[in-house]
Amino acid sequence: MDDPAPVPPPADARRSFLAKLMAMVGGGLATLTPVAAGVWMTLDPLRRKSSAASFLPITKVESVPDDGLPRQFPVIADRTDAWTGFEAEPIGAVYLRREQGSDTIEAFSATCPHAGCFIELDKRDRCFRCPCHNSAFTLDGGIVSPSPSPRTMDALECEVRDGRVAVKWENYYSGIAEKVARP
Amino acid sequence: MSDAPAPRTRRGPLAKLADFFDDRTGYRAVVHEALYERVPGGARWRYVWGSTLVFAFVTQMITGLVLWSSYSASAQTAWESVYFIQHEMAGGWLVRGIHHVMAQAMVVLLALHLMQVVIDGAYRAPREVNFWLGLILMKLVLGMALTGYLLPWDQKGYWATRVATNLAGLVPLIGPSLQQLVVGGPDYGHHTLTRFFALHAGFLPGTLIAFLVVHLTLFRKHGLCAKQPITKPDCMFWPDQVLKDVVAMLAVLAVVLGVILLPAVRAMVEGRPIVPGELGAELGAPADPSQPYAAARPEWYFLFLFQFLKVFEGWGADGEFLGAIVVPGVLLGMMFLMPLVGRWKLGHRFNVLFTVAILVGAGLLTAMALREDYAAAWADREAYADVEQLIEETGNDPEKIAATLGNDEARIAEFQAKAHELEEIRRSEAFFAAVKQAEAEAHRAVELAGRPERIPPGGALELIRTDPLSQGPILFAQHCSSCHAHVDPAAPEAAELMAASSAANLSRFGSAAWARGLLDPELVAGPAYFGNTAHAEGDMVSYVTNDMTDRDSWSEEQIEAVAVALAAEAAVVDDEPLDPAIVEQGRALMADEERCGSCHHAGDNETENGYAPDLAGWAGREWLIGIITDPNHERFYPETNDRMPSFGVAEEGGVPALSATQIGLLADWLRGEWYRGE
Ligand code: FES
Repeated sequence: MDDPAPVPPPADARRSFLAKLMAMVGGGLATLTPVAAGVWMTLDPLRRKSSAASFLPITKVESVPDDGLPRQFPVIADRTDAWTGFEAEPIGAVYLRREQGSDTIEAFSATCPHAGCFIELDKRDRCFRCPCHNSAFTLDGGIVSPSPSPRTMDALECEVRDGRVAVKWENYYSGIAEKVARP
Repeated sequence: MSDAPAPRTRRGPLAKLADFFDDRTGYRAVVHEALYERVPGGARWRYVWGSTLVFAFVTQMITGLVLWSSYSASAQTAWESVYFIQHEMAGGWLVRGIHHVMAQAMVVLLALHLMQVVIDGAYRAPREVNFWLGLILMKLVLGMALTGYLLPWDQKGYWATRVATNLAGLVPLIGPSLQQLVVGGPDYGHHTLTRFFALHAGFLPGTLIAFLVVHLTLFRKHGLCAKQPITKPDCMFWPDQVLKDVVAMLAVLAVVLGVILLPAVRAMVEGRPIVPGELGAELGAPADPSQPYAAARPEWYFLFLFQFLKVFEGWGADGEFLGAIVVPGVLLGMMFLMPLVGRWKLGHRFNVLFTVAILVGAGLLTAMALREDYAAAWADREAYADVEQLIEETGNDPEKIAATLGNDEARIAEFQAKAHELEEIRRSEAFFAAVKQAEAEAHRAVELAGRPERIPPGGALELIRTDPLSQGPILFAQHCSSCHAHVDPAAPEAAELMAASSAANLSRFGSAAWARGLLDPELVAGPAYFGNTAHAEGDMVSYVTNDMTDRDSWSEEQIEAVAVALAAEAAVVDDEPLDPAIVEQGRALMADEERCGSCHHAGDNETENGYAPDLAGWAGREWLIGIITDPNHERFYPETNDRMPSFGVAEEGGVPALSATQIGLLADWLRGEWYRGE
């Protein structure tokens, strides 16, 4: 097709500056609005808190043999996942341990403080092992070095009342030397 | 544009239509521009990598869109929809397989493309910006690989993603918030999936396309960076180079299809049936935060990063920060600087060496990771028998070990080296076991999902949590195994396990074989029955060993009849066929108040419960639920219960140790009552 003859540009520079400014501001506002609304919604997860630390019943004292060998127990609690509510669901696991003849119970989270894998108990070698990056822990949660894990296993507060064990269920940040609970 | 209009005589209708569009769009010029590019020095194979990457990406878009149309991102539907794609939809396994394998091919092609660009110095002026764009594209592709791994919501993806997102939490300052944003909240769930899906199928590919367009435009602007020295005459991109590109694409496709179809070929050769659902990408058991997954590993192309985390063991928190954030960040930063470094005389050599070093390093780390995991596959286990024995005998006490070795330093050092190797082998064995278990769990999940009743609204996890075969062993290990054994008496480890137990072996409890053993004077006081319990001295043991051995009152045939009648009460799954006539005879003997009936209630005899367990419905579902719930109930052992807890009875204000559902699962598992696929 034939190109149209060149048209000289309009001359009023001041008006054109104003026009440019207004076009930029207007265009910016027009796109920023959905962006801002989108960011607002995208940041929503920051407002969410986990089902917070609370004492959850785990088992009876007799179910934890007093042989110093930890036993794994599921942690059962009501749980919500966004719009779904679960009643009495397994939400994680703890290891409980009782020394011979003792009534006090030690509790450890089964979540590896290194990067969050599930720690397993090695009965033969009497230690804990994480299957992911070879962190190992002693039966009382101490570090077996050298270990990729920056800290000992996370001990959980544990209460024994009327022969029943309850544990304060908390999640901790992984990969750092201090034990910091997630909000 | 054309100066003089071409003479338009005798043109057919098709050409006229083409003219019509060309007049209004100018497409001919665009096509010409795209295809008739000069290739200095002629077409070469080394230029194909970029095109194969575009091809791979287009393949991913096509297969991805199709998968998208059948995928549902939520914690109760993700695994389920992928199961449906993989195992039930026509061609689902093929589309998912291509998407899965092509993703891996893309990572390989990326590495090749990068190598070629660096070796040919194609990052130097004026192509710096395009090189940077390429690095960004690489990150985007890796990001899609990472986010895609989670989408099936199986154990494998779930646990790998937990590790990956926990590492993201290590980024200074913003780490924890970043992690929470990616995960979609404090816990993994629906919003982890919806976000990963939005990233995987929307944000990342969208951004990638935008960058790719600029990347290709700039590539065209600068032209191909020809391999020097140029010895052959130039040629045109179309068709010479395109032909080579197409051949390379077909080769990539052939490899991808080969990987998918190889198992089918193997099955065919070995005469096994081909199960399409098992081809292509695997699908693990549904994600379950409460079930450990010891086989957790990232995809192979991230294995080097995974291994990297182990390298820094003993460095504490710094090690993880270094391994996961600092070192990869520095390496990537150095790659971005390559075009600048390349300006110096030796810079190019350095860049080439650096790239090769990164790739070789990653390769070595990958090999290390694989070697650790598969150590048991080629280890000579026998060679470690003595070390193992020594560790066992001494309880791994270093002093005792040293003493046994005569405090000889050389021998101790040798022992330590071997002990270290042994530990690696054991870890590898544990990994093998974990992989095997994961496969079994995955297989079971698929089998359950394929039941005629289909998957309940609660999702596949509900299916597994109500499956006696899946839950029975877990519940038994947690609640029963500290007293009871559950082992086939013929198994090699049976004797040891039964000796260590303090109650009856419940394997095949209720079967005719089990009942025969109960009535066998040789066995009844042994560890498989009452041997390790207070009942070892009880009336039952004495009746079986004394009264029932008296052939005047009990013939062998009668004892057999009672065993068969007991099995008939239990009616466990898969028991041997029971002769109804013998069952009748046994039932009469059981109810006879001169015989079993003198202590036990059975059939319609008048004996009251309270002294000995009820034989009516013995070992049946209802009977088992009853005894697990409360062994002190008068139907069982109101007076003589030996240590068995009442699992289903709550104390004041408490909850029972086992819920009714769990007790039902245990009873069904003990009785062998679970869904069996075809
Ligand atoms: S997550 Fe446990 S060692 Fe890395």
